Amino acid sequence: MTEQTIVCITCPRGCTMNVKQDGDEITVTGNSCKRGEVFAVNELTHPMRTICSTVSTAFPESPVLPCRVSTDIPKEMIFDVMKEINKVVVKERIGRGDVIIPDVLGTGADVIATSDLLK
Amino acid sequence: MNTVNTDVLVIGGGPAGLAASIAAHDAGAKVLLIEREQRLGGILKQCIHDGFGLVRFKEKLSGPEYAERFIDVFKEKEIPAMLQTFVTESKKTDDGFLTTVVNHEGVTKIESKAMILATGCRERTAKQVSIHGTRPAGVFTAGTAQNFINLMGELPSKKCVILGSGDIGLIMARRLTLEGAEVVGVYEVKSTPSGLTRNIHQCLNDYGIPLHLSHTVTRVFGDDRLTAVEIAEVDDKMAPIKGTEEIIECDALILSVGLIPENEIAENLGVQLDWHTKGPLADESLMTSVPGIFSCGNALHVNDLVDYVSESGEIAGKGAAAYAASARKAAPKAVDLEAGENTLYIVPQKVTLPEGDASEKTIVYFRSKEIFDKSIFRIQNEKGEVIFEKKYPFLRPPEMEKVLVDFGAFDLANGGKLTATIEEVTA
Ligand SMILES: Cc1cc2nc3c(=O)[nH]c(=O)nc-3n(C[C@H](O)[C@H](O)[C@H](O)COP(=O)(O)OP(=O)(O)OC[C@H]3O[C@@H](n4cnc5c(N)ncnc54)[C@H](O)[C@@H]3O)c2cc1C
Ligand code: SF4
Repeated sequence: MTEQTIVCITCPRGCTMNVKQDGDEITVTGNSCKRGEVFAVNELTHPMRTICSTVSTAFPESPVLPCRVSTDIPKEMIFDVMKEINKVVVKERIGRGDVIIPDVLGTGADVIATSDLLK
Repeated sequence: MNTVNTDVLVIGGGPAGLAASIAAHDAGAKVLLIEREQRLGGILKQCIHDGFGLVRFKEKLSGPEYAERFIDVFKEKEIPAMLQTFVTESKKTDDGFLTTVVNHEGVTKIESKAMILATGCRERTAKQVSIHGTRPAGVFTAGTAQNFINLMGELPSKKCVILGSGDIGLIMARRLTLEGAEVVGVYEVKSTPSGLTRNIHQCLNDYGIPLHLSHTVTRVFGDDRLTAVEIAEVDDKMAPIKGTEEIIECDALILSVGLIPENEIAENLGVQLDWHTKGPLADESLMTSVPGIFSCGNALHVNDLVDYVSESGEIAGKGAAAYAASARKAAPKAVDLEAGENTLYIVPQKVTLPEGDASEKTIVYFRSKEIFDKSIFRIQNEKGEVIFEKKYPFLRPPEMEKVLVDFGAFDLANGGKLTATIEEVTA
């Protein structure tokens, strides 16, 4: 059996949880809501994260456009996805929610624009 | 010279000013917003990370997405705004305020019945921390770094040290790392972090960036450009301990040592400030000590969550519209609310008591002074009677708390004083 402390990053409360793992059985205490338990189980099995960044644009008055992944991606792929994001130069005046890279590296997540800055 | 007339003049077009304008407009007031920058949205324009709107929209939005939702509504309602416009003077008149502003079209005088100050906050800079050595380029605030990377698309450092564990510093530690810079470590003079626990985890631990508590930067090196900093451990009085010094090569020292509400205009208008919050003293409608002047957002007190910034904007907007329509009664019954033991601050600092049987819950925000385990937050009157009480599993200064209090349910006397305290319950 292993025991560890995991901080839930799902919401600003940041609950400190105690997580016990015994084979396939995972028990979580210290979470203030259900989402904490889901987070803890994911952390032990396949940790997921969000990334927010910017992509370059062809428009001198706004050299970068903010973007993010539409859903969480595997934590270990963060830097690979960053590489893809940094390859892009946006040439059209796209806006909030528009897809920049569909299904980035097969993660199922799209990289989407998060601002109407170019409009 | 141009003269315009409005019921409510809002200064600042960040989330607080936007929410205040929309709320005042919805309450029937004629509104005008003044913003010194080219675009609305305030600091959120550069806060491209997610975590905004969790309370309000139950979604993990980035700063621009959150701000633009409000900008869309603001534009739909056709609320007038003057951008790239600077306030040069604002003064009280017999029936309101006269504010002079200037932009590329020239000078405009604005007559308003009420004013909402939503000017946000500014970062503490190198001047406010004592570091020995030269003043080379490469020492800047986390907000400046954020502006460089997220708005201008330029990486301001290849290898840096971050001083202070405020949220912006933590967020920038992650951002710099993602863009390929090396963040040697975050050094915090206090023995506890100032930023949110979740940010310590998702911004530092996830990327293996060390956090050194009880450490500070004592010296900077370099002639034109920063070449290294000296860090040292500090004792419990925050004095550097001899022999613990270490020199770290880096090209930037990024400061994340705190935010201060921006209240220059408020002070010029004679608004009284609270030394706890460094923002104006306010009542439950967020009206300051000067009748007709309201305050909200980070100008009122530094918020960690934008959701509460918008909420305070809405309260101030509604209050200002009611004031402009003279819907407020003169000299109502009121009590003072003070931050007592273990309480860092409380907002509002004054509460108008409802008349008759009217019962309305007042939103109260507070922060604890230190990290506490199981605790009870209480509001008591002079006789020690408990007006409000709430238990918490833990309280941490970086995380602001919000409670709803029904002050009308108690027979409080005009001019009375209520004190908020926090008691840690051991056992
Ligand atoms: C860098 C940073 C990171 C943050 N990260 C998070 C986060 O992850 N999650 C979260 O929920 N919250 C976060 N916050 C908090 C949240 O973003 C702020 O609390 C919120 O933006 C404050 O809104 P505001 O409208 O009070 O101020 P601001 O957004 O600062 O807006 C103030 C506006 O007033 C204008 N102004 C000021 N003075 C004048 C003047 N004299 N004349 C005309 N205009 C003027 C400014 O130009 C600005 O546009 C962060 C804050 C900062 C500073
Ligand atoms: S457990 Fe629930 S309340 Fe606690 S941090 Fe996670 S999501 Fe927030």
